[in-house]
Amino acid sequence: MVMSMRKMTVNQRGQIRSVTASGEMGRRIRDMGLVPGTEFMVVGRAPLLDPVALRMKGFTLSLRNSEADFISVEAN
Amino acid sequence: MPQASIKAAMSGQPNCGKSTMFNAITGGSARVGNYPGITVDRLEGLYRLNGYDIHLVDLPGTYSLTSYSMEEVVARNVIVDEHPDVVINMIDATALERSLYLAVQFMEIGAPLVLGLNMMDEVKRSGMTIDTTKLSELLGVPVVACTARLGQGKDELMAEVVRLAKDTKGHWKPIRLSYGPDLDPILDKMARRIEEERFLTDRHDPRWVAVKYLEGDEQVMQAGKNAGPLSVELEAMCREAEKITRHNSNTTPDAIIADWRYGFINGLLKQGVISGGDELRRNFSDNIDRVVTHKVLGPLLMLGVLWLMFYVTFTLGAYPQGWIEDGFNYLAELGTTYIPEGYIQSLTVSGIIGGVGAVMGFTPLILIMFAMLVFLEDLGYMARVAYMMDKVMRVFGLHGMSVMPLIMSGGIPGGCAVPGVMSARTLRSPRERLATILTAPFMVCGAKTTAYLMLVAAFFPSDPTGAMFLVVLAAWFFVLVVSRLLRWTVVKGESTPFVMEIPPYRLPTFRGVLIHTWERVWQYIKKAGTVILAVSIVMWAVMTFPELPEDKVAAYDAQRQAVEAQVKTEHPGAADEELDKLLSEAQVPITDAQNEAALQYALGGRIAAVLKPVTDLAGFPWQANIALIGAFAAKEVFVSTMATAYSMGEVDPEDAGSLSDRLAADPAWSLPAVLSVFVFMLLYTPCMVTVVAIAREAGWKWALFSVGGSMAFAFVVSVLVYHGTKLVV
Repeated sequence: MVMSMRKMTVNQRGQIRSVTASGEMGRRIRDMGLVPGTEFMVVGRAPLLDPVALRMKGFTLSLRNSEADFISVEAN
Repeated sequence: MPQASIKAAMSGQPNCGKSTMFNAITGGSARVGNYPGITVDRLEGLYRLNGYDIHLVDLPGTYSLTSYSMEEVVARNVIVDEHPDVVINMIDATALERSLYLAVQFMEIGAPLVLGLNMMDEVKRSGMTIDTTKLSELLGVPVVACTARLGQGKDELMAEVVRLAKDTKGHWKPIRLSYGPDLDPILDKMARRIEEERFLTDRHDPRWVAVKYLEGDEQVMQAGKNAGPLSVELEAMCREAEKITRHNSNTTPDAIIADWRYGFINGLLKQGVISGGDELRRNFSDNIDRVVTHKVLGPLLMLGVLWLMFYVTFTLGAYPQGWIEDGFNYLAELGTTYIPEGYIQSLTVSGIIGGVGAVMGFTPLILIMFAMLVFLEDLGYMARVAYMMDKVMRVFGLHGMSVMPLIMSGGIPGGCAVPGVMSARTLRSPRERLATILTAPFMVCGAKTTAYLMLVAAFFPSDPTGAMFLVVLAAWFFVLVVSRLLRWTVVKGESTPFVMEIPPYRLPTFRGVLIHTWERVWQYIKKAGTVILAVSIVMWAVMTFPELPEDKVAAYDAQRQAVEAQVKTEHPGAADEELDKLLSEAQVPITDAQNEAALQYALGGRIAAVLKPVTDLAGFPWQANIALIGAFAAKEVFVSTMATAYSMGEVDPEDAGSLSDRLAADPAWSLPAVLSVFVFMLLYTPCMVTVVAIAREAGWKWALFSVGGSMAFAFVVSVLVYHGTKLVV
């Protein structure tokens, strides 16, 4: 099922379909390895549910929900 | 035989262990400098290996080589402009794919590269194996397995540096990556045109320039605009490229370039470089974080850690601070004893020793605070604090990482804005960092606390705790509101993307913490010492000159002599010793009155008098005026200047009870005036030590903005408070 990364729950796995952010935010997201095809798992959310923490490519990454909005994923 | 010299740059992504390796190689002999115009530190060190002097420069840690942050621009410019013989790229082998993304970009520039695969011990523990020989073959770059925290691999790494420098002899060979069927033809065309016109080719490889144009790199495109008309043609080609990529895959060229770079790395790693391990499995740190960033436990633990840091800094730090103050007091006594009375004595004792002493007294606090901060940062905890607090701080235009500097500055009363401002360094987002630096000085630092305690005791004796609590709440309120205002005006702009690695917990090396702490503290001593010395002398002069005219001094002398004569006649049979004591007691009020007159007569007093019509708007008593001027040197001076202005001679700022009584009895201190001074004290110009710290962290332009801006803002708020309260009371 394709959905926005924001909607994913903790412990859910998924694969990135596309990243529509451009400019600096787009670069920052892609530089960290969030490119189409990347597999990841949501490992946590901050106490106020934002930002979100992901496990991918051997490291843990956090990003804000407003940034996750630009990433659509194929959730398992 | 003359020593052959090799220039090497040390690069790597944040948290890859680059600093640890740099320290291991240079043995802590590195020298800290600054890149001109910015506050990124430049570290240089030397390593000797059979006849070679290897000069190492440590590049700032960056994930990529775009031109979005000053760290990235610095890293790129060092490579391009200083043309090192070899670039060492430290790699976090546990996140090999992401780490190689930076390495590939160095290879695209063409710099001869040596990869140091760090954290190999962690890789082994995670059940993963990395075939370094295979990786080296596939990339065509020497690869050395390292564990920097144990010093493993450093000699092998440097041996490869020497070998590579000998082989390449300063000759660079950029690799050509494919960016897919949509972009490759356009890239070739652009590169050809760039080569024909020799466009920017004195600094860059033609194809690299073309790639940067397609990526929309602002720095390169700006340089291109200045270089010649070809830039217009290139920009048109970029628009053409975007049309194609939009049509074929609904995306932009820079996204495609990033995808293909990762694709190249991925394809390489799949050829048997990595085996075993599960990249998506929660590791040890993720499991710890189930508690450390837990909904309830996380914030509680964070408060505990902050409180502990605070407690340790200001409780433990008080001892060495006391020793340093005692040392300077002793020096002051020596000065009083051995320098003949007069200007020189007064300048040396009150101006120089007093001023420099006040600054040096802060160094133990900074030392302890930074040691803990470096420890927590290297441990990985600061990233968790940012992760938990970001949502709240973002509302006010700040960043999760802003919490620590704000607390250190006095978010819990008793802090100090100097280490607070300096600790804002952990923020990687320039705008959020600036807003934090500019507002952190509003917090109730230890020096302001002494002034508030005195004022609260005078005017709110029934509920001092409640009054202090309100002061602290007001401080937080103003910090957050002003941050929001600043981020809407002078530091406006989109919030910097948060996308942040949460590094695994790693126990920092003792030596690393020591070295980093000492670098900070030493810079503080050097820089603050010079400027503050100068300002101390100026403050001393302002409070001393011009002196009372001779006839006034003579009048006080006459009074003293009259008292002397009176005492002698009243106690005809007293021994000399007893007489001296009685005499000095009887003369104290006269000397205090003379000091008060002298202060009013001096430039400082006159400025206070001139300002009176203005400060009347905010209802300040004149004594507060002059004390607030004096408090620019250091906020605790407020208490001692008030004491002089109220003719009280020496008053210990820690125990100013008698002064409080005097203030409470003075009708000039009406409730509106009191509240007005309370607010002004909170918000006005930071003390000079903080101003220097701001200048060091953000530049003199912003330091001056802080001076003028805080002053204007404090005045406006004070006037509002004064008149507002008057309407109500």
